Amino acid sequence: MRERNLINLTIIIVLAVISAYIVAPIQKLDFVKSLVFWQDARTHDLQIKQGLDLKGGLQVLLSSANEGGVPPTADQMESARRIIENRVNGLGLSEPIVQSQGTDRILVELPGVSNRETAIDLIKSTGQLEFVDAGVSPPSEGTLISTTFQTARALRFPQTAQGGNPISSTVPVAGAGRVWETAFTGEIIATARTGLSTLGQYVVDFTIQPSSQASFGEFTASRINQAMCIVLDHRVLSCPFIRGVLREGGQISGQFNQEGANNLELTLNYGSLPVSLNIETTRDIGATLGSESIRRSVIAGIIGLVILLVFLILYYRLPGVVAALALIFFTLSSLALFVLIPITLTLPGIAGFVLSIATAADANILVLERFKEEMRAGRTVRASVETAFQRAWPSIRDSNTSTLITCFILLFFGNTFGASTVRGFAINLILGIGMSIFTTMFASRTFMRLAFTSQPNEATAERKAILGV
Amino acid sequence: MFSIFNIIRNRRVYFIISLLLIIPGVVAMIYNTITLPTHTPWRLSVDFKEGSRFEIKFNGPATENQIRQVFQEVGGVSTVAITQLGNPADNTWQVRTDFLEGERGQNVRTALSERIAPLDDTVTRVDSVSPTVAAQTTSTAFFAVIAASLAILLFIWFSFRKAEHAFRYSACAIVALVHDLLVAAGLTAIFGIFFEWEIDALFLTAMLTVIGFSVQDTIVVYDRIRENLVRYRTDTFENIVTRSMVETLHRSLTISLLNILVMVALLLFGGASIQQFVAVLLIGLVSGTYSSIFTAVPLVVAWEEGSLFGTGESLSVPVPVPAK
Repeated sequence: MRERNLINLTIIIVLAVISAYIVAPIQKLDFVKSLVFWQDARTHDLQIKQGLDLKGGLQVLLSSANEGGVPPTADQMESARRIIENRVNGLGLSEPIVQSQGTDRILVELPGVSNRETAIDLIKSTGQLEFVDAGVSPPSEGTLISTTFQTARALRFPQTAQGGNPISSTVPVAGAGRVWETAFTGEIIATARTGLSTLGQYVVDFTIQPSSQASFGEFTASRINQAMCIVLDHRVLSCPFIRGVLREGGQISGQFNQEGANNLELTLNYGSLPVSLNIETTRDIGATLGSESIRRSVIAGIIGLVILLVFLILYYRLPGVVAALALIFFTLSSLALFVLIPITLTLPGIAGFVLSIATAADANILVLERFKEEMRAGRTVRASVETAFQRAWPSIRDSNTSTLITCFILLFFGNTFGASTVRGFAINLILGIGMSIFTTMFASRTFMRLAFTSQPNEATAERKAILGV
Repeated sequence: MFSIFNIIRNRRVYFIISLLLIIPGVVAMIYNTITLPTHTPWRLSVDFKEGSRFEIKFNGPATENQIRQVFQEVGGVSTVAITQLGNPADNTWQVRTDFLEGERGQNVRTALSERIAPLDDTVTRVDSVSPTVAAQTTSTAFFAVIAASLAILLFIWFSFRKAEHAFRYSACAIVALVHDLLVAAGLTAIFGIFFEWEIDALFLTAMLTVIGFSVQDTIVVYDRIRENLVRYRTDTFENIVTRSMVETLHRSLTISLLNILVMVALLLFGGASIQQFVAVLLIGLVSGTYSSIFTAVPLVVAWEEGSLFGTGESLSVPVPVPAK
C-alpha cells in the first residue's frame, strides 16, 4: 500500500515538473517541441496562446448573402473558406484563423493586422477570373496587369452569362502601359480537377462549358504555341502555352506542387468566392488594450489563488496544506494542458479557468469536511482518510456532472452563433472540471495517505490541533 | 446549538427574504422593459442589438460635438451616443452608433484622426454587429438557458431515482436556480438603471455559470439527504433533512467564502473589461449558496408536508445522536 502511494507520488512529482517546464514563459528546447507532433509545426512554440481579445487584432464574421433565397451548399462554403484562407495567408500574419461557423458563416481572425481596410477588402472581394491572350511573351507570374475586360468590360468572345462584379478602377495596376486582351472570363470553365500526369507530375484537368466550346476551339486554333494567362483580380496566376486545338477541355501542366495544383483547381472552379459574403460583425481590438487586460487578470488570478491557499492552510491545518499542494498541482497541470492541446486563452477563457480552480477547491473542501466529520465520529486517522474520499465522491461526481452539462450546452450554443467567446469559457471549464476530479481523487488522496500513514491510530489532543479537527 | 438551525420550521421567514431579494430586480426589469427604447429588461450591448461601439483614444483633446459631427457627416449615422471614459485627461471616449460596417467605420476612424486628433490605435476597440447576428444571439441565449435548466432537471431526477418523489427534488432545485437567476439578472437590471450597465455575451456566460453553481450547491445538500435517508430510516423526514443541512453547512459556508474571496480579488484587480461579469457572478454564487439551504431544501420538505409555510411553531428539534 505504502509502496503504491510512493509510486503515485513519484508520478505526481514528475507530472508537476513537466507541467512547470511547459508553463514557464521560457524558450523551449527544439527536442521538446518536436515531441508535440499533433500541433502545427510552424506554431508549436509551446507557449500559452493568446486570443484576439488579449493580443489585439481584427475579427470579422462573414455570412453568405444568400442570393435568391438559395442557401449555399457545404461545398461552396468550404471552398470560400479555403480561398479566404489562401488570401489571408498572403498577409504574412503570425496565426490567422479562418473557420466555418454554422452552415453559412465564416469567422476570420487576424491578430496584429496593421491595415484593416485592405484586410477587409481582401477577404470580401468576390474576385474576377480572366483568360488573357498573352502572345509569345507573356507577363511573368504574380505581376499585376490591365486587361480589356477590366477597363472596358470588353471580351474577344462575348459570353452569354456574365458573372462577377466590375473591378473598381481605384485598384492600382502595375505596368499600366499595356492593356492585355481578355479572351474569356472564368465562366467558360465547367469543371477543373487536380490529377497526376503519366510522368507523375501534378496537372490540372479542365473542361469547357458546351456553350463556349466552339469559341474556345477557334481561339486555341489561332494561338498554337502562344500563352494564355490565367488572371485573378489583375494578378497573373499562371501562363500556360497552348499546345494544340482545345474544344471540350484540356490539361494544364507546369512546375506544380500539390498545393499549387489544388489552388489552381479551386480558382478555375470558382474563379473567386463561390458565394458572395456580407460582413456581419467586426471586432477590432487595439494591441495594448489586450495586454493590459492580461496583466491585470494574471495579477488578479495569482492574488485569488494565494488567498485561497492561505485560507485552506489556516482553516484546515495539515490537511489544508495537502489540499493546497493539490491545488497548486491542479493549476500547473491545467495550464500545461492548455499549452499542449493547444487552447487559445481569451478573457472569458481565463474566467472559466478561475472558476475551475474554485471547483477544484470545492472538491477538496468536500473531502476535508468529510474527514473532520469521520474523525469526530471516532474513526481512526487512516480510516477517516479512506472514508472521507469514498463518501465525498458521490457529491463531487454529481455536482460536477451538473456543471459539465451546463458547459456542454454552452459549447453547443456557442458554436452556432457569433458569440464564440462563450465557447472558450466552456472548454476551459470542462477541462478544468476533468482535471479537478483527477487532482482530488488521485493527487489529494495520495498526499493524504502518505501524510497520515505514519500517524498513530489514536489521535492525541496535540495531533487533533494539527489535523484541524 | 441545533435550535438556531430551525430553517425548515422557520421557512416562512426565508421565503419572504427571497421575495424581498427578487422583487426589486423584477420591478427594475419591468421598468426597463417599459422605458428603454429596445423594450427589453436590460440595456443591451451590441452583442444583442445591432450597432457599432467604438472605444477610441485621441492623442490630444477632443470635444463631444467634434466627435458627433464626424460620425454624422462621414459615417452617415443619425443615432450617436457619446460618453467619455475614465479621466478626462485620457481623451478616451465611447461612441455607440447604428451599424457601421467595415469600410464606413474605417472612413470614420480616418476622419477622426485627421479632423480632431490622431487616434491611438493600440488602445482602440471597435465592435460592429449586424441585425441578423444580434437577433440570433438573443434567441440562442434564451434557448441556452432553457435547455440547460431542462437538462439539469432530468439529471437530478435521474440521479435521485431511488429516493421517494425524485421529481420533487429536481423541481425544487430548478426553483432555486430560477431564484438565483432572478437575483443576478435583477441586479443587472437595477445597475442598468443607475450605472447604465449593459448585457453582452459575457452576461450570458455569467448566467450559465450561476446555473451550474446553483445546482452544484443544491446537489451537495441533496446528496447528503439521500445518504442520510438510508442511514436513519426510522427518523422523520424533517429531522433527516435538518441533519443533512447542518452537516453540509460547513462546506457550503467555506466554499461560499472562498468564492467571494476569489471573486473580490478578480473584481479589484481584474481590469474594467471583466468587472461587470465578475460582479454578476459574485451575486449569483452567493445567491446559489443561500438558495440551496434556504429555498431548495425547505421547499422539498414543504412539498412532502403539503404545507408551504409549515406551522411556524418553534418546536425543539431532538438532537440526533451521532452515527457509530
